[in-house]
Amino acid sequence: MIPPTFDYAAPTTVDEAISALRDAGEDAKVIAGGQSLLPLLRMRFAAPSTLVDLGGVEELRHVREDGDTIVIGAMVTHARVLRDPLVNAHVPLLAQATSTVADRQIRHRGTFAGSLAHADPAGDLPAVALVLGASLEIAGPHGRRVVPASEFFVDYLESVVAPDEVLVAVRVPKQGSWVGRYEKFNRVAQGWALVGVAALVRRENGAIAEARVGLTNMGSTPLRARRAEAALAGADSPAAVGAAAARAADDTRPSDDLLAGADYRRHLAGVLTRRAVASLA
Amino acid sequence: MTVTEVGSARRRKEDARLITGRTTWTENVTLPGMLHLAILRSPMAHARISSIDVSPALATKGVVEAFSGRDVADVQGALPCAWPVTEDMVLPDRPPIAVDEVKFMGEAVAVVAARSRAAALDALAAIEVDYEPLPAVLDMEAALADGADLVHADKGTNRGYTWVFDSGEAGTGGDAAAALDDAEVVIRRRYVQQRLIPAFMEPRSVVVDPTGDVYSIWSATQIPHILRFLLAAVTGTPEHKVRVIAPDVGGGFGGKLQVTPEELIAFVAAKRLGRPVKYTESRSESLVSAHHGRDVIQDVELAARRDGTVTGLRVKLMANMGAYMGLVGPGVPILGAFMYNAIYKFPAYRFECSGVFTNTTITDAYRGAGRPEATYAIERLMDELATELGLDPMEVRRRNWIKADEFPFTTVCGLQYDSGDYDKATDKAMELFGYDELRKEQEARRAEGDTVHLGIGISTYTEMCGLAPSRVLGALRYGAGGWETASVRMLPTGKVEVVTGTSPHGQGHETAWSQIVADQLGVPFEDVEVLHGDTRTSYKGLDTYGSRSLAVGGIALYNACQKVLDKAKPIAAHMLECDPADLEFAEGRFRVRGNPDGGRTLADCALAVFAAHDLPDGIEPTLDADAVYDPVNFSFPHGTHLCATEVDTETGRVSIRKYVAVDDIGRVINPLIVEGQVHGGIAQGIAQALFEEAVYDEDGNLMTGTLVDYTLPTAADLPSFVTDRTESPAPDHPLGTKGVGEAGTIASTPAVVNAIVDALRPMGVNDIAMPCTPERVWRAVQGGAA
Repeated sequence: MIPPTFDYAAPTTVDEAISALRDAGEDAKVIAGGQSLLPLLRMRFAAPSTLVDLGGVEELRHVREDGDTIVIGAMVTHARVLRDPLVNAHVPLLAQATSTVADRQIRHRGTFAGSLAHADPAGDLPAVALVLGASLEIAGPHGRRVVPASEFFVDYLESVVAPDEVLVAVRVPKQGSWVGRYEKFNRVAQGWALVGVAALVRRENGAIAEARVGLTNMGSTPLRARRAEAALAGADSPAAVGAAAARAADDTRPSDDLLAGADYRRHLAGVLTRRAVASLA
Repeated sequence: MTVTEVGSARRRKEDARLITGRTTWTENVTLPGMLHLAILRSPMAHARISSIDVSPALATKGVVEAFSGRDVADVQGALPCAWPVTEDMVLPDRPPIAVDEVKFMGEAVAVVAARSRAAALDALAAIEVDYEPLPAVLDMEAALADGADLVHADKGTNRGYTWVFDSGEAGTGGDAAAALDDAEVVIRRRYVQQRLIPAFMEPRSVVVDPTGDVYSIWSATQIPHILRFLLAAVTGTPEHKVRVIAPDVGGGFGGKLQVTPEELIAFVAAKRLGRPVKYTESRSESLVSAHHGRDVIQDVELAARRDGTVTGLRVKLMANMGAYMGLVGPGVPILGAFMYNAIYKFPAYRFECSGVFTNTTITDAYRGAGRPEATYAIERLMDELATELGLDPMEVRRRNWIKADEFPFTTVCGLQYDSGDYDKATDKAMELFGYDELRKEQEARRAEGDTVHLGIGISTYTEMCGLAPSRVLGALRYGAGGWETASVRMLPTGKVEVVTGTSPHGQGHETAWSQIVADQLGVPFEDVEVLHGDTRTSYKGLDTYGSRSLAVGGIALYNACQKVLDKAKPIAAHMLECDPADLEFAEGRFRVRGNPDGGRTLADCALAVFAAHDLPDGIEPTLDADAVYDPVNFSFPHGTHLCATEVDTETGRVSIRKYVAVDDIGRVINPLIVEGQVHGGIAQGIAQALFEEAVYDEDGNLMTGTLVDYTLPTAADLPSFVTDRTESPAPDHPLGTKGVGEAGTIASTPAVVNAIVDALRPMGVNDIAMPCTPERVWRAVQGGAA
């Protein structure tokens, strides 16, 4: 379908983008790649008065190294993430998870930061950002602030980014000795995850010293499976990993909908956690 | 005659323009002064329209006109049903725009015409409608119960018809009830063919130009000729004042075998406004309002002896018609009725089908149309019988199927199967598949306790193609015949124009028809142009559906080519100063028999006719010829499909590891096109088995209203297919072709489900409802409801 009428602003700097948002008022919406927003517009589920398009903001198109952190600008597409040498060298989990996002065409439009700002719990990358301990740099009329991923996601499709703010970059700590794996389970190859599990593990002497498990689509925000994480610490056998992974859905309340029942999602979370961690031996 | 083109894997000549889109789709048609339509659709499954006010829309920027069903109630006509399957079938009037009551979600309630599509869409929100909800009838069994809420209160029933075939009563076989009573083994099952959405690639689109003396209608339709005839009939417009053009059309799968509300709405709007109008649906509108397919509950009972010999079958269907009768919707289950006996010889059969109204989108033809349902039921039953008797499922089939030396074979339904060799196709498939090795692997892995289970699924099938002998259609109360037309025009330079009455929408007719002409007339493939889809050029035809185009239209073309040669021969003889009887025609040239030199080409004759300076006395100066072919029988392709699935019992995920299809579709014109049809057909059949389902909630809201929820598979979800063929030419006509458009869809669904059930039988699973989603498979493994 055709989106409803909207005004369009095409800033070339972050400052201009913030001015444009201020001028446009509450109903304005920032658009990066349009991976999620364009379908909403076209189906007339969203009707912003103004679209502030970050496409022309050159300063947001960079991936750079900042000490122990990789900084990924808000206009860096999934396709760029996939081939970026810094990402592949230092946060391979992000590259592997990104390879499961949507399809090739959409990965050339959609952005990493955009998929975090959209805050869809069924999106693959929010859970990945959680386990990687990413933090998000947000610019607004009063300057910049940095929010850890663990505090970024508020509710279904809701983040801490205020209507007059722009998410400008994602700061992702290098994985170092941690190894990671994203396991996605969907109905069709291009579908959203029914459940996804991002596992990040650090091993010492053959056993798991520390583990982080992020869950996609197991609640209204991406979640950490804290009980499974605790149980995985010290696990030194497939059986121990299996028992720990079975706790992945503890304390979660996944939705029960057309695409999957809640009990099935909980079951899948356990299986996928076990498989993700087992693959990291 | 040399045979060089037929049988060669020519790249399709139409593909460059279709793939790049540099062609005319209906949506590309833009006319001076054209307005754009948008349609307001019902958000409710069943409601009375207590009030509707379109005037606020008229005040919206860019809007020229807005009207509701009430505003056009007297002039909008009613949508036609061409297949009243019984004399007493309930046939409610189906208005293009709802007038007093909406009967399914997505039904049109009002229309806006504006200067741009965006303006028309914006204005829809301004229309004010008050709905008074009525109970939604959704479940077929509940709909048939006494005291049920009614879809059409004035009809007093939700039962549209009951249609029966009984081989005992028809005199074509024995009594199925007696066979069941006497059976040593009876297998009783209920299978559910879920509701599917054809989901063609190009959304429906229509342009109507009322300016001038003739209404010109461009439509993304499979059936321009039928549309012209019926549009004239239901609107009272003289047929010669209606021109329909199906330009390039992007797929249909039966989904564009319909006279649609949108076509009539555009016609009414154009007539009212006196200006050209265009309507193109969105994908969401398409999913909710274009006709759906299948949605049949099958109660089946198979009678057999303990040696595996099947002795009878009784089938009772409930077929969901939706809120109204579609163009051929009532007849779809009837097309399946003659196929439940499939390739088997059993002697007694009864089929009974009730068409049921519900407050849902209408159902109608979808690739296979009745035959996939029939094949699914019998092929699932044959596996169940094999399990019951402890026999190999292929062995049970082999004991029952018709042998090669028994053709032509008259079935328990009274059809005469033309030709085939089921053993040969099956042997080839088994070898390509490595059936015995896979069975061994299955045993070994079961013994090891692998959590991923290997399953092997079989589907043998036949189908009836080449719809159809007109007298058979008449006997089935279908509203039209089954003939097809072709015209061949020889241009003065020796180039050839072919006009076909079929209406390709992706099948590759231009290529295949060119190959036939090239061989018959001895002209280069490139020198043939195939014209179709415009009732001004192709004034007579019955269009494309039911794997009929080549099996019927191809024969008309062959016959027209022979007529051209018959006309050319005396002219060539005149030029060569010989007796026509002394001429032979080969490689595009008439030669005096026994003299390989000299002669005259068909192009020479075409030029001679064009000049007409020196023709034999009494010869009409033309080589052009028309032919109409009415088939003497259906054609009956067959084949054996084998599928190996890996079923992950921890997640329920089904992966297809290997898929082998050996099809016998008679003689092949273009193997590349056949390959494409088989691949696409298998993909759609697998989609029914694993992925697709249209779901309504308890209020009658379509839950799968986008392609996020209606999970169409893509190439990434499908395996590589191994395809091969055997060839039993159709004996009834010179081309020997049978039809391939639906074979893959018909065969593949039971092959996949049989494989899944085969994988899980040791866990006590003997059925899983389609689509076999990971969740359903997982629940079946848990022992829960599938």
